[in-house]
Amino acid sequence: MNTGRVAAIVLRQFYLTRGSITRTVPLFVWVAIDIVLWGFITKYLNSVSSAGFDFVPVLLGAVLLWDFFTRVMQGVTMAFFEDVWSRNFLNLFASPLTITEYLTGLVITSVITSAVGLVVMIVLAAAVFGLSFNSYGAMLVALVLVLFLFGIALGVAACAIVLRFGPSAEWFVWPIPGLLSPFAGVFYPIATLPRWMQAIAAILPPSHVFEGLRAVVAGGAVVPARLGIAAALAVVYVLGACWLFTRVYRQAVRIGLIARYSAESLA
Amino acid sequence: MTVLSVTGIRKVYNDVVAVDEVSFDVNAGEIVGLLGPNGAGKTTTINMILGVLEPTAGTIRIKGCDLVTHRRDALARTNFAAVYAPVPGNLTVAQNLRFFGLLYGVTRLAERIDTLIAQFDLDRFRNVKCGVLSSGEQTRVSLAKAMLNRPTLLLLDEPTASLDPATAREIRTSIRAFAGEGAGGVLWTSHNMYEVEEVCDRVLFLSHGRILLEGNPKTLPSEHGKDTLEELFITVAREPLTLEP
Repeated sequence: MNTGRVAAIVLRQFYLTRGSITRTVPLFVWVAIDIVLWGFITKYLNSVSSAGFDFVPVLLGAVLLWDFFTRVMQGVTMAFFEDVWSRNFLNLFASPLTITEYLTGLVITSVITSAVGLVVMIVLAAAVFGLSFNSYGAMLVALVLVLFLFGIALGVAACAIVLRFGPSAEWFVWPIPGLLSPFAGVFYPIATLPRWMQAIAAILPPSHVFEGLRAVVAGGAVVPARLGIAAALAVVYVLGACWLFTRVYRQAVRIGLIARYSAESLA
Repeated sequence: MTVLSVTGIRKVYNDVVAVDEVSFDVNAGEIVGLLGPNGAGKTTTINMILGVLEPTAGTIRIKGCDLVTHRRDALARTNFAAVYAPVPGNLTVAQNLRFFGLLYGVTRLAERIDTLIAQFDLDRFRNVKCGVLSSGEQTRVSLAKAMLNRPTLLLLDEPTASLDPATAREIRTSIRAFAGEGAGGVLWTSHNMYEVEEVCDRVLFLSHGRILLEGNPKTLPSEHGKDTLEELFITVAREPLTLEP
């Protein structure tokens, strides 16, 4: 892998973000609004619920992690969409850039952009609503890592979908986190769901993360096996997404989609 | 020295044959014109050489590197400019050149960017976003990008299509100078036969995906009973069967 070519992908995104308020503001505004909204909801719930139960680490912490996951996914897809919108595929893929280098560049871009959102959320949740990360313990790092990997996997898979079906398939991508959230158990235990939804939840890493989070807040601990399953699933999804993107790219080269990307009839 | 060797390439979309058994070479220091009417297969051929379209059959070697098995090495020695592939309009001229310079692994990049900005008279636009440049200025940026890695093989798909005559002449002079250095070869498509006659050492006429004629643009018309290259072009477009060998 050539680090210069990976750096080119990251640098391009830096140039675009630095000079554009429409790209800078969304990095933190939507997640900040979410934290404020859920911060007040948790405060209200604390005031009306039985004494002793604190909704802040359960709900606000879960919202923070879920927003982080969606930011990671969108960090990958937004960087990819820049090439879609500027019709840059021919210039990119006629260069020595490899698919691995391109995807690595998108992932690094996502790490940077999602880190901005994460820092803003943490500062806001801690300073305004008193969210303490001590209550989660060191296991929080592992849970965040699993969400990060799954966010990358979904981001890469979403890019593959748009590469295959053309620019208008962008609208398939935006609702993906919303579609997954009922199965992920962000706000409620998975046991609340009917059996068929529980079966789907079992193969989604976020459901294990949020179950683990609730267990920790309740004074217990994350079951190592559950964490192991979540991590293994996340890795499988990352590998699967990269395989899918590579396969779609090869097909695109075969049928001429890269050369005529805006010609959606090819899809 | 051969910088591009195309052997028996063919591209079939479902039942439509876009390019059929095309073979040709481009040598270092040579400018080869790829001519033909719209839909003849010129851009399909160029896309296959750029590695963004997989041939159904045949091989492409760029300075000895097979495009399938040594894609990275082959494409590192290639570059292109085409009217349908402008550089991203949301980056400035300097940002675009830096971005593509990194992609092509250009050494002493800052110095190279300065040289190209001067060569293509882009100094005024160094920090201007490419999307707000005129089409002629954008073409000059695309050509500067195409020269970044001092390519062994330069592919130019109608590079002067949107330029005024004076600028087009300067561009032709630059490309001739590039070929004249002897390190790289150029594959050039154009519908301007005057330009082709002035610039190209050799031309290939494509019709219905096949090479119909090949030769020196200055002598080819008379060899086929035509007065000008344009007249020959029109015959290729309208009555290709009259020229079949």
